[in-house]
Amino acid sequence: MSVGVPEIRDGASIRRRGRNLGERAFVALSLLAIAIPLLILVGLVAHTLSDALGRIDWDFIVGYPSRRASAAGILPALVGSLWLIGLTALIALPLGVGAAVWLEEYGGRSRLAGFIEVNIANLAGVPSIIYGLLGLGLFVRFLGLDRSVLAGALTLSLLVMPIVIMATREALRTVPGHLREAAAALGATRWQVIRQVVLPMSLPGILTGSILSISRAIGETAPLIVVGALTYMTFLPQDPGDPFTALPIQIYNWVSRPQEAFLVNAAAGIMVLLVTMLTLNSAAILLRNRLQRRIRR
Amino acid sequence: MSSFTLPEPAARRATRRGSRPGRRSSATPLAEKAIEWSLLACGLVSILTTLGILAVLLVEAVGFFEQVSLADFLGDTEWTPLFADKHFGIWPLVAGTFLTTGIATLVAVPFGLLAAIYLSEFAPQRARRVLKPALEVLAGVPTIVYGYFALVVVTPMLQEVFPSLAGFNALSAGLVMGIMIIPMVSSLSEDALHAVPMALREASWGLGAGRLVTIFKVVLPAAMSGIVASIILAVSRAVGETMIVAIAAGQQPRLTLDPTVPVETMTSYIVQVSMGDTPTGTLEYRTIFAVGVTLFALTLLMNVLSRRFVKRFRYGASR
Repeated sequence: MSVGVPEIRDGASIRRRGRNLGERAFVALSLLAIAIPLLILVGLVAHTLSDALGRIDWDFIVGYPSRRASAAGILPALVGSLWLIGLTALIALPLGVGAAVWLEEYGGRSRLAGFIEVNIANLAGVPSIIYGLLGLGLFVRFLGLDRSVLAGALTLSLLVMPIVIMATREALRTVPGHLREAAAALGATRWQVIRQVVLPMSLPGILTGSILSISRAIGETAPLIVVGALTYMTFLPQDPGDPFTALPIQIYNWVSRPQEAFLVNAAAGIMVLLVTMLTLNSAAILLRNRLQRRIRR
Repeated sequence: MSSFTLPEPAARRATRRGSRPGRRSSATPLAEKAIEWSLLACGLVSILTTLGILAVLLVEAVGFFEQVSLADFLGDTEWTPLFADKHFGIWPLVAGTFLTTGIATLVAVPFGLLAAIYLSEFAPQRARRVLKPALEVLAGVPTIVYGYFALVVVTPMLQEVFPSLAGFNALSAGLVMGIMIIPMVSSLSEDALHAVPMALREASWGLGAGRLVTIFKVVLPAAMSGIVASIILAVSRAVGETMIVAIAAGQQPRLTLDPTVPVETMTSYIVQVSMGDTPTGTLEYRTIFAVGVTLFALTLLMNVLSRRFVKRFRYGASR
């Protein structure tokens, strides 16, 4: 058997081609292994969408929960989720970006930096429900924040911080070292280099990465259940000290009821959740494109 | 990009923004230090988080083990803390967790590995660019949504094949969870496969081996530690996964490996107690921290183990 040498331009092209029947079959099998899960996901989303379509209307979005499935709405959950995501962004973004800047620009290869790094890697692997227990013990009980939006947001902030830090570090690493050196050679101090060269250049990457990681928090359910989100709320949270509910909590509440009608509500809630996530993600990408244009100019 | 190869003169930037021209020159050594310290403080929050987790879990778990002996916790085969006749044996919850995790792993490993092999060894650049992020979407869907899928769509479908399947069961929760963790296996495994030097493949082809033989006899063994790492990571993710099992696997702790009956995992027990009104400080309240400690220790162990393996393949590749 020979390898077709003449046409090879790079490693990828030699890797690509299936030659005999066995290889073709294997490639087909692997493609199926990618296609099947994706098709299942698409099928499941379509199934949910078809369940939800008859239920989603304006009254559902701006309505309050009800014991009658057909009258129930999702407004308190939607508002609660927006509160959570907003507060989480306010808390987790500065902390996460700050930590990442320290690790990339100051920490270097010091032992402390290594220790923090290992620690962050470990935190990223901690199940989200454990963060819920942390929030319950620390914020709800020890700090006496009670089952408030703030306690929920603080819990989610700690949960997403490792992801924000990793995304930010990735973005900071894309700034070439010689720019830092050039700025330093012009007499800029360390912070001036960061503030005027590194941060502006990496801002699109930082923002996109961070918004994407924070938008994942909107789907988090388990930690909020443990922290004590309400499952039945007929008013909107007015300030960070108020009790709250959230989209996934409301969905869980509906899913765990036996009546068919509530399952339809859950499907509609899932659509609201997915659309909210998609909106946030597209906003992140739009923001990145705009910022990138401004910088390239 | 060009405007950033050199910083603009401070004065011009300041006037363009029309704000506080004096601020840029205020980089006193003291301010520099203050900034460095506050950035470091942000980094230390992560260490405080770890300490916080340990403190909260241990304080409440110690309270639990003052009332329930470790021998009961590890020796009893029943878990009924919410009933009148209380038993505190962790094994039914562990069994439920391992059952759902096992099913998920059986799904995720073959799918994830095949995907990784295709992406690394066969896929054209363009297909890679589309398929990789598409697979990542599987891990980005909120778990509550997967839970709904498992309960409302997958279980009824499976019931048509196995009429004896209970409404809540480990099988459908495990299958759906398996789909969710496919990207964990595929993306880290693909990195590992990609890191295998091209020269190894070329040597194998040069010896007359076909491409499949090369993949299975040369590339896969060379990337094995990375692949093992990815599988451990995926398993640890499945062990800590909560909403899918809480919704679709039921809430009945039982010591069984039968995938057709309701079971309860460690995570769904914590959810079950949190949904009820268990007063702080009671033994029932403390059980969730005892379960939490077990869960935390288990996942931490797996994550550390996984990183060991990752390190080995990184060093192996650079040699």
